[in-house]
Amino acid sequence: MTLTQQGSRDASGTVLVSGSAGLGPALVLSAPISFWGGVDPKSGRIADVRHPEHGQSISGSVLFLPGTIGSSSASAVLLELVHANLAPAALVLHEPDAILLLGLLVAREMGWPTPVAVRLDRSLHGQFAGAAAFVSEDGAIRAEA
Amino acid sequence: MSVDLTAEERALAEGQAGEGAAMAMRVVADSARLLGASRLIPIASAHIDGALYHGDSGTLFAERLVDGGARVAVRSTLNVGALDLTGCSQIRLAEPARGMARRMMEAYRELGCEQSWTCAPYQAGHRPAFGSDVAWGESNAVVFCNSVLGARTNRYGDFLDIACAISGRAPDYGLHRDENRRATLVFDVSGLPVTFLTSEIAWPVLGSLYGRQVGNAIGVVTGIAGHPGEDALKAFGAAAASSGSVGLFHIAGVTPEAPTAVAALGGSEPAAIIEVTREMVRAAQAGLSTAAGTDRLDAVAIGSPHLSLAEFDALERLIAGRNLRIPIYACTGRHVLAALDSDGRRAGLERRGVIVVADTCVVVTPVLPQKDGAVLMTNSGKFAHYAPGNTGYSVLYGSLADCVESAVSGKPMLTDLA
Repeated sequence: MTLTQQGSRDASGTVLVSGSAGLGPALVLSAPISFWGGVDPKSGRIADVRHPEHGQSISGSVLFLPGTIGSSSASAVLLELVHANLAPAALVLHEPDAILLLGLLVAREMGWPTPVAVRLDRSLHGQFAGAAAFVSEDGAIRAEA
Repeated sequence: MSVDLTAEERALAEGQAGEGAAMAMRVVADSARLLGASRLIPIASAHIDGALYHGDSGTLFAERLVDGGARVAVRSTLNVGALDLTGCSQIRLAEPARGMARRMMEAYRELGCEQSWTCAPYQAGHRPAFGSDVAWGESNAVVFCNSVLGARTNRYGDFLDIACAISGRAPDYGLHRDENRRATLVFDVSGLPVTFLTSEIAWPVLGSLYGRQVGNAIGVVTGIAGHPGEDALKAFGAAAASSGSVGLFHIAGVTPEAPTAVAALGGSEPAAIIEVTREMVRAAQAGLSTAAGTDRLDAVAIGSPHLSLAEFDALERLIAGRNLRIPIYACTGRHVLAALDSDGRRAGLERRGVIVVADTCVVVTPVLPQKDGAVLMTNSGKFAHYAPGNTGYSVLYGSLADCVESAVSGKPMLTDLA
């Protein structure tokens, strides 16, 4: 997970859960989030009023997560988002959250199309802010011009 | 990291025992990889939190397992659902969610789970042996199972709980392993007055404080003179697991892995000693109320975790035949309902104004009437924590005695105990 070329705005993440490549506006969260209670499964919006990105939609975005707050129902929220076609286009996590990603494992078992989830150090997230980001099936992340 | 599956586990994942069992095994194995576990271990039982309706996808998942011929491989009890199937109380969940919630509960029954529908399975006859590995969900059940029974479980949430139950396996990590069960902190309550420690609110208030102080670390409580009873430990664990992510606590001289504080610490020096003061306890108690000073009261709710028969005895004793102006919602499981119904006690309580809620509870599904600015009183640290967010009611925290007096008089009555 290194910057392949300084300033080129691309990085290579490690695939945590395989899934479809995703293209979307980069949503770089500035604080950890709990999916349960923090993301509205019916709209895909960040519902936690104390979260800095409150009100923004994670649906269709390439979602950069600096951290997650564990809740045993986070997986249920992510599965619900996938089922309602409201999931992010791809997930980029600073560290694996098995409970959250379980939502993707189950969605994949259900045969529903799932976004790829990759691991990338949070110090490399900021460069994608404001860009359209693409995450390939093998974990490569690049900012689209 | 890769997970080392046995030949039998690989065969299950490839569909030898049907597609439902294969799906469950793959979910457990993939989760183990994400958790960094190198292998799976057999489990003796499961307690399933996943049958509470959060959305249609969870129902479809459970039904896919049923269609794939899956059955639980170990004893599996069910935590609360979104409906009261006993008909004791009216749940305001509207269609189509109601129908999907019912289908979900039915699917878990077809998977072979016991219709226990309680968050206190350990008081409903499900008590795994000391040292055994199990896969339990529901934070209060997890903490009781680890701490009071000495069986070993992590916090298994939606999907993974049933997948473990069907495969009979769990990832080998976290609290299943000896080295992760030792206390690193001491939570010393010996400086608190005996009048507080023996009061009814001591354990839920201390639990709430403990959870906030230790977070997801493991602590050993010192300064407790004798076993306070299982209902007290139930209240402590539930409050601690809702204010922090506590999965295991020890109490020196009380819980099975803590014959002494030194034993709970595994012979090591604690990283910190938290000396609990009266001021800390007062602040923790005050923190459980969000409507301090109000003279409004709309409802009283008790039973998180679900009330035991002994707690119903106390409720009956405190009501003492009087009529309630404000209803008391008393949440419990079928294991208690049977005993209450056998001698007509439920009907007697209901005549006074108690609303018995079975199979579910007031913070996970709409039971309380929708009202602007409504105030709920409770003696449960867990209800106090979740009611504002989940029900819209603000909360007053008090002892069971205060809850009953308030329900009788129609106004909040609070005794200063700390």
